[in-house]
Amino acid sequence: MNRYPTWKYILIAVVILIGLLYTIPNFYGESPAVQVSPAKASLKANAELLSKVESTLALADIKFNGIFLDANGVKVRFNTPEEQLKAKDKLSANLGKDYTVALNLLSQTPSWLLAIGAKPMYLGLDLRGGVHFLLEVDMKAALDKSAESSVGDFRTTLRRERINYFGISREGQKVEVKFDSAAELKKAEKLLSKDYPDLTYTDSVAGKEFVLNASIGEANKLKIQEFALKQNLQTLHNRINELGVAEPIVQQQGFDRIVVQLPGVQDTAKAKEILGRTATLEIRMVDEDKKDMATLKAAEEGRVPFGDELYKDRDGNPILVKKSVVLTGDRITDAGPGVNQQTGGSVVNVTLDGRGAGIFKNVTRDNVGKRMAILLIEKNSTEIITAPVINEEIGGGQVQISGMGNAQEATDVALLLRAGALAAPMEIIEERTVGPSMGVENIKRGVHSTLWGFAAIAVMMMIYYLVFGGVSVLALGVNLLLLVALLSMLQATLTLPGLAAIALALGMAIDANVLINERIREELRNGNTPQASIHAGYDRAFDTIIDSNVTTLIAGLALFMFGTGPIKGFAVVHVLGILTSMFSAVLVSRAIVNLIYGYRRKVTKLSIGQIFKA
Amino acid sequence: MELFRIKNDIPFMSYGRLTTAISLITFLLAVFFLWSKGLHYGVDFTGGTAMEVNYPQAANIEGIRKAIADTGLKDVTVQNFGTSQDVLIRLPLVKEMSIAQLSETVTAALKNADASVEVRRVESVGSQVGDELYANGGLALLLVCVGIMAYLAIRFEWRFAVAAIIANMHDVVIILGFFAFFQWEFNLTVLAAILAVLGYSVNESVVVFDRVRENFRKMRKATVTQVIDNAITRTMSRTVITHVMTQTMVGSMLLFGGEVLHNFALALTIGILFGIYSSVLVACPIAMWLGVSRANLIGDVEKKNNEQEAEATP
Repeated sequence: MNRYPTWKYILIAVVILIGLLYTIPNFYGESPAVQVSPAKASLKANAELLSKVESTLALADIKFNGIFLDANGVKVRFNTPEEQLKAKDKLSANLGKDYTVALNLLSQTPSWLLAIGAKPMYLGLDLRGGVHFLLEVDMKAALDKSAESSVGDFRTTLRRERINYFGISREGQKVEVKFDSAAELKKAEKLLSKDYPDLTYTDSVAGKEFVLNASIGEANKLKIQEFALKQNLQTLHNRINELGVAEPIVQQQGFDRIVVQLPGVQDTAKAKEILGRTATLEIRMVDEDKKDMATLKAAEEGRVPFGDELYKDRDGNPILVKKSVVLTGDRITDAGPGVNQQTGGSVVNVTLDGRGAGIFKNVTRDNVGKRMAILLIEKNSTEIITAPVINEEIGGGQVQISGMGNAQEATDVALLLRAGALAAPMEIIEERTVGPSMGVENIKRGVHSTLWGFAAIAVMMMIYYLVFGGVSVLALGVNLLLLVALLSMLQATLTLPGLAAIALALGMAIDANVLINERIREELRNGNTPQASIHAGYDRAFDTIIDSNVTTLIAGLALFMFGTGPIKGFAVVHVLGILTSMFSAVLVSRAIVNLIYGYRRKVTKLSIGQIFKA
Repeated sequence: MELFRIKNDIPFMSYGRLTTAISLITFLLAVFFLWSKGLHYGVDFTGGTAMEVNYPQAANIEGIRKAIADTGLKDVTVQNFGTSQDVLIRLPLVKEMSIAQLSETVTAALKNADASVEVRRVESVGSQVGDELYANGGLALLLVCVGIMAYLAIRFEWRFAVAAIIANMHDVVIILGFFAFFQWEFNLTVLAAILAVLGYSVNESVVVFDRVRENFRKMRKATVTQVIDNAITRTMSRTVITHVMTQTMVGSMLLFGGEVLHNFALALTIGILFGIYSSVLVACPIAMWLGVSRANLIGDVEKKNNEQEAEATP
């Protein structure tokens, strides 16, 4: 009765073999590598890039011991960190700014294992070191900004159609246009609702004023917010590409949040500076009618003229700029530092997209001789980078921004502009940084906890249950093997709490074997034959094992649903551990017991420790 | 080797009053400490910044305090942990500063005071996140309770479900009581440990309940008390061995796991110790008082078994 059909043994053997295959990659170390990936969406990582990288390295006579192409880009493995650094310099010099060249560590897993998808476990930031940021997008600002740009649009439209209005302003997220006759209002409403159908229009009368209110509809609000988030995601992607991080993660989380993970980044200050520059860029006109000292002084005391806002330029001089926005940073397609041929001063050369170029052309044509302010808006602070005088109509979308202090500043501003401005300001609301040495230490801690715990359990089980204890330990070993294999296969992120969950899973999994062994002892105590006792022991214990695992599973699933970050890592391993333990504690241990006892002709005694008979 | 040579069933249920009294007292003490001292929440929940820094030589705590005080930050705690070279710095949220700026300011101040400092870990959490974690933690706890009760109610009977949940919530409160009394830091990993304990010690009750059900079937003449006593006695050996094994693993974590896993392992240790006690000596009396009987436990199960037997014997 204690024999499994052959297919069951084969099934178990196959599972263990697969487990072994997928566990092996974790034992190969890592070697220094360089990762080349395209910095722009229009460029693809393809065979051409691969051969380019290969030939560059061959030309420079740098030896490498592996080169692969994957979805992210080309990865090259080196024998020494020196070769890695040399290769990085050569590659970034040769490939230009279209490609990001980042230092990385690559597993030394042989290619035949990689071919079947066997990779080492994916380590979380707390195990490999790096930075984790959670950013929150200021959605109110996104909506305000959208309303503000409607103000500008309305003004242009009404002027073009020669409709008389005597006031236009933004009130919160609404645009208010005032007319002195109902007829004008109706005309305007008809026109505007045709041109800007996304807005909801209402009108009201207050004394002699006929007011048209335009507000952003609910559906449109969602669209604007969604767009703001997408734009910010893209911008972060671009900025991080400039940083040169090997495997960055930039993901949306919930409705207004973005997670950024930069593994292996050691200079967190630099990363934060680039990410944390939650700048948006706006081009607005300087209010040239209000530049006299008296008005500026009054404005500084809080009496800002209607329709204007007061900001300071880099030298601290107050400037009144109009509220309406000419252009925002999302119209910029490229930016680079340069030198003005005539003055020799540092400048930033900006390229605008089609629509931006059109707007810019019109505005510069209408405002020759006036000043245009370029504003950098960061959370809680707005600064005028420069406010140059418009000398002539600027067409073609090529704009030169002067007023840079030096070449470094020009480079910084250009980077900021090129990386794209954010559609709305963002704030870092969570930061977790783990130094690289800490990561290594955390792995050591987790692994030591597991191994020493395992060893102690193994010794105790074998002393207490003898052969059956040994079987339980083997089953527990299979459990560990399968758990690691499963984690490697799924490429689930392994964190330190995840490592703790592996240890805990083993500590809890042994329960099933204790249950079984105790049951067998009990059956023997009741005077059953050894074979019958094994059979009954496994049979009876099974229900209990299922019940107790289901309750643990419920706890694990709840953790998974509500957990974030490290807790999710814990939950994943916890749940997987329960699944593998059911397999190993029941099937594997039974198979081993069957192999030991099931094929003997006569079993008079089971080696399960001393049994006290009442 | 066999540790448990128990001839007769131990009359656990007759100690019901005593064990319940002990539970009640520990429970009330835990509630009292939770109320009077409160939990010492980590930055995960309160928001704020925790930094772990390391020096190649013994750290000058006073110097660090002074360096940070010079930046104008207030309510900063600086303390050693583990070794004299490791220092833990905690900062509350500051209104005027984003959390990113906060950690940069402190890092710069520390580097200024002693360039050999190595920042090993920074955790900064804004108030928005803290509130959410708090809410999610509560929800997770609720979901675990409801899920487990539903499962036990289906698999056994509502009386067992209620008894098991009361017993295990009592464990949770006691763990929290310990954390309040010793003012150990309560962070996300501790919450994970508590939920894991909840799942784990319900196991314990399930094993005993399983045996109770089985006994009702086998011991037809026995009273309810006898049935439960026998179930507990028969599963005793397994209970102790299992817990010793799990605790060995947790002990290994306590020993090798370092700062991050320390409180996690502590919560598990308390949970396991009280889990043994409560799942047996609290859950069973409660189930008994709620009126568990042969009829309401195996009434329909027996019918099913009879049908199966009828099919099996052609």
